[in-house]
Parts: sequence; C-alpha cells; structure tokens
Amino acid sequence: MGGRTESYPRLVGDPDPRLVGDPTEPRNNRLYRRMRFIRRFEETLLDLFSDGVLNGTTHACIGQEADAVGVMEHIQPGDHIFTNHRGHGHYLAYSGDALGLLGEVMGKSIGVCGGIGGSQHICGPGFKSNGVQGGIVPAAAGIAMAMQLSGSSNVSVVFIGDGTLGEGVVYETLNMAALWRLPLLVVCEDNGWAQSTPVSANLAGDMSARFKAFGIPVRELDTTDVLEIADAAGDEFAALRANGGPRVLLLHTYRLCHHSKNDDNRPEAEVAARWLVEPLVVHGKRLTDEERARIDAEVETALAEVVAKARAAE
Amino acid sequence: MIIAKELGAALRACLTDDPRVLLLGEDIVDPYGGAFKVTRGLSTDFPDRVRSTPISEAAIVGVAAGLAMAGYRPIVEIMFGDFLTLTFDQVVNHITKYQAMYNGQVACPVIIRTPSGGHRGYGPTHSQSLEKHFLGVPHLRVVAASAFHHPLPILRALLAQDDPCLYVEHKLLYPEHLTTPADGRIGDLLARSEGSPGALPTLCLSAVPRSRCTVTVLAYGYQALLAAREITRLALEEEIFAELVVPAQIAPMDWAPVLESVAATGALVTIEEGVAGWSWGTEAAAVVSWELFGRLRRPVEVVASEPTVIPSARDKESAMLVGARHIDAAVRAAT
Repeated sequence: MGGRTESYPRLVGDPDPRLVGDPTEPRNNRLYRRMRFIRRFEETLLDLFSDGVLNGTTHACIGQEADAVGVMEHIQPGDHIFTNHRGHGHYLAYSGDALGLLGEVMGKSIGVCGGIGGSQHICGPGFKSNGVQGGIVPAAAGIAMAMQLSGSSNVSVVFIGDGTLGEGVVYETLNMAALWRLPLLVVCEDNGWAQSTPVSANLAGDMSARFKAFGIPVRELDTTDVLEIADAAGDEFAALRANGGPRVLLLHTYRLCHHSKNDDNRPEAEVAARWLVEPLVVHGKRLTDEERARIDAEVETALAEVVAKARAAE
Repeated sequence: MIIAKELGAALRACLTDDPRVLLLGEDIVDPYGGAFKVTRGLSTDFPDRVRSTPISEAAIVGVAAGLAMAGYRPIVEIMFGDFLTLTFDQVVNHITKYQAMYNGQVACPVIIRTPSGGHRGYGPTHSQSLEKHFLGVPHLRVVAASAFHHPLPILRALLAQDDPCLYVEHKLLYPEHLTTPADGRIGDLLARSEGSPGALPTLCLSAVPRSRCTVTVLAYGYQALLAAREITRLALEEEIFAELVVPAQIAPMDWAPVLESVAATGALVTIEEGVAGWSWGTEAAAVVSWELFGRLRRPVEVVASEPTVIPSARDKESAMLVGARHIDAAVRAAT
C-alpha cells in the first residue's frame, strides 16, 4: 500500500521501551507490544477499581487496541489528536506515558492533568480528550483550521464512536470541514454498541453514507488486524498531508469489555465469538510463542513498576 | 459615531493590531456585513480572516475553541442572542472547561459576540436577553456593551487575557451614539470610572456627588442607558438623586464599586431586561445583603422583565419588558 510510514513512529516524552518498543525492534513485534501494553494497562485499571484504589469511572478500550496503535503509526510532529471518553488506548499509543495516565486516573498530582481531569479529560502536547459526545469534533476541526491557516501539512485527528453519530454537532462540523477543506481525519470506531444500545437500534441508514453525503471520502474496514488498519491509516494520512480536505477512517471493531464498569448486558455468545478474533490474537500469530512470551513478560514488569510508582506518588 | 459603527471600528482595530484575530459568524461578510451590519467592510479588508459560516452555532463556537487552543484569537458573532442556547454545550462543557480541567496546559480564549434584547417587535425567539443563563458559569466572563464604555479598550483587554468571554450587545444600543466620560461628565451627569485593579471598568454616574445620592441603581447595557436618562430626569425635575453604577463586565462581578456606592446611599435597585428570577439582580441582592447587612435602609429592589415569552405586538412587548417607567417607579420607591 502506498503512503505507509516506515519510519519509527514518534512518541511524546521518553516512554519505557519495554512498553512501546524501540527503533531496532521489528515492526510486527512493536505493534504487538503496544497493543499488549494497552490491553494490560486497561485490565490493570479495572483490577485497581475492583481493589477500590481508583475514584470515579473508566471506559476501557479492550478489543479496540489495533485502531489506536495502527493510526498512531503515522503521527508526525505538529499533528494533533482529540479523543473521547474511551481514549486511554489512543493516549498510550500516542505517548507511551503510562505513569502520567495512571497517575491521572488515580487522582495523583503526577497525573497528566494533576488529577483534575481524570480518565476522560486527558491532555498532553498535541493530545486532548473530553468525555462529552460530539463536541470534540468541532474543536478538532478548529485545530485543523489553524494548521491550514499556518500552511503546515499537519493533520488533526478526532476519534469518535458509532454512538457519537447521534450528535448533531458532528454533522455541522463535517459540513464546515468539507466546505473549508480542513485537514481533519475522523476515525470512527464502530464497536457495535453505544453503551447498552446496539447500532441496529441507534443508527438509521448506512453509516458511511452519512460522511459521503458531505463529499467526504470514507475508508471503511471491518477488521481487528493492526496491519490492515495501519496501512489504511497510512493512506489516509498521506492523502490528507498532500491535499487537505477531511477524510474518514471507519473502523468496524468490537468492545470486548463492558461500557464502563460492570455494566454489560450483551449476549455472552456474541462477546465470546469476538474474543476469538481480537487484535492480540490476530496479530499475535505473526510472532513466535517465545517472542510473545518475552514481550508479555517485559510489559508485565514495566507496568508493575508503573503501578508501584503511581501508588507511591502524592 | 453610532455604537454599531464603533463596534465595527473596534473589531477592525483588533484585526489590524493582532494577526491572530479571526472573525467567524453567519452572514458576516460583505456586502451583507452581518444581520446588524457590525462587521460591514471587514471582510473586504481582511478576506482571509473574516469568514461567513453555515448556520451551525454549536460548530462555529466549537471550531473557534479549536482555533483558540491552537493559538488564534477567534471572535464569533452569534446572529441573535437567542441562538446562544445552541452554543451552550460548547461553552459549558468544552470552552470554559479546557484550561482548568487540563490543569493549565491550554487556554481557550474564545470571544462570542451577540446582539441581544427586545423592544424591536421580533417576538419570543429573537428578542431575549439570555445572558442570565451564562452568569455563574465558572471561568466565563460575561461582558455587556454599553453607551458609556468605549468598546475598543474593552475588546483589547479581553484579547490580552485568556478567559473565554460572552460579549452581549443590546440591539437598541446599535443606533445610539457612544458617550464616554469627558472632563468627568457624561451629559448632565458626573462620571467616574472605578474598578478593582485588573478588572474591566465600572462607571459611576450621578447628577450630584455620591454623598447626596439616596439610592444606587445597578444596570448594564441598554438598560443602563435608560437608567441614565431616568436618573437625569428625576434629578432635574424632582430632585431625586440616584447614583447609577454601570459595570462593563457583569460576571464575574467586580463588586467593590457597587458596595462602595451602596454603603454611601443605603439602597440598591438593580435593572436588567432578562426575565425575573434566578438572575443578575438576585445575585446582586444576595451579595449586597451579605456584605452590607445593617447598612441598607430597605431591601434590594430587583427590576427585571416578566417571566414569560416576549410578545411580538408592540404594546404587549413594552408591557412585558423592563422600560423607563419601571426604572422610574423603582427609583422613586427606593429613595
């Protein structure tokens, strides 16, 4: 596929190579490592909630790790990410900053927002999230407009879900972004369920047609394969950097966990079937058992250190 | 120069001074130049920085939020203040949240300008003064244009700081002439600019020195213009002396000038065109009662419009909205 970025993807700060890999690591191994990192971070958070260590709520992205990791392969300096309530994977794939995020969710002063924002309100250089559905889309478009005004070839990325397509401001913004040819990449993660309501009860008509109505190109994938997603995302970034104009990456995926905490009434058989094709399984087959075991162990050790540091912090 | 043109000139000066300033809004480009013509001529001279938008108030304000966080200084025009409701999620859950919830890592200095107010026969959804719903939103400044505050220094002050701001412009101010203090006077009234350090100015107007005034009148926007006329007339015709206090910023309030005046006069009347209850005036009553309990001769009088829809018919509209006769009656009762 054309446009794929082969260079080592940039991360903000100085993340732990045991969590995000390093430039010498083969790409497949790195992609697996990053997805494993996100998976275990989210599972660790859920465990910490069960232990009563955390305050508030969280929305895990278990099952959707390939979207975050695949898209972030193509981020360049000056690009911007805006994401939603289910944004931990995006932040970790973007920055590798496990301690900053865990500290934030734990309400510690070492958190990326000093513990004020919490799980749904994360901010770092070139990255923001907000937990209110839809309203982040115009803000991402405004950031794209700033990029356009400054003459850069940067891209503003916004992650939304299938449920967000119920919000009117999304369509107001798609219209303006198309009219003004803003360098906006909308990544729509359709995980099949808006909280407890299935897409079939939430969304009339064809999902991709909603974007196409504004003349916006849609790249639609029904996959949990990180390589497919990374390749498609690479094409979208390349087109955006060359020509501007909004584009949509529509990813049909699945959320393997509950919406937030302990709130899952989905059919057990449906969820079980998706565990067989989840991103770590699909991509993990490209690594040897020994490679996977080594990466898993490194991620486990590094995350345990992060948890210990976060617990000890003020 | 009439206030609509003063506002246009002030926006022009801001565009000239600061390349980060952008104007966004519905129908704001030439030849139309905005529903109330405030931006007329600006798109001709700044074609890349003055942009008409689709009819999408939430997205316009949301795009402005992104621009502001990326370092620009967007000024959005919402065609009628009534349409502010469509921006409410952006204002409450996004624009005023970002700086605080991200622990100061970003600022979101969006300025939203909007024509507000009635007395024009536009009816229930094009005549309201909805700013009361924005008072008390944390991290939001609400500023009101008046006939007595020059808009340019106000806009410059807002552009020089990082809080988002709602700037309301009563429609009936547009054709009026701006009269700022000169030699300590505005017309027949003594005029003095007060205010705490760093705060936008509050003007104190009275026919006689404060020590001879027996009531303080607190008002903003067009109602402040009406109140100035009423206290002038009452002083000349009936020797009833009131001090009119006109803040440029109505939330958060710089209470010091109000408290100083009320401490001297012993009575307060508040005037606002928005509908009665849960309002600017009731907040003033709460603050003044707390701060000056025992020094008030009488309870604070809150004058506001009847809490119902604004009728289109002229006589019904003028019966429902606060006007000169309400101000006259309240000031007389309080002296």
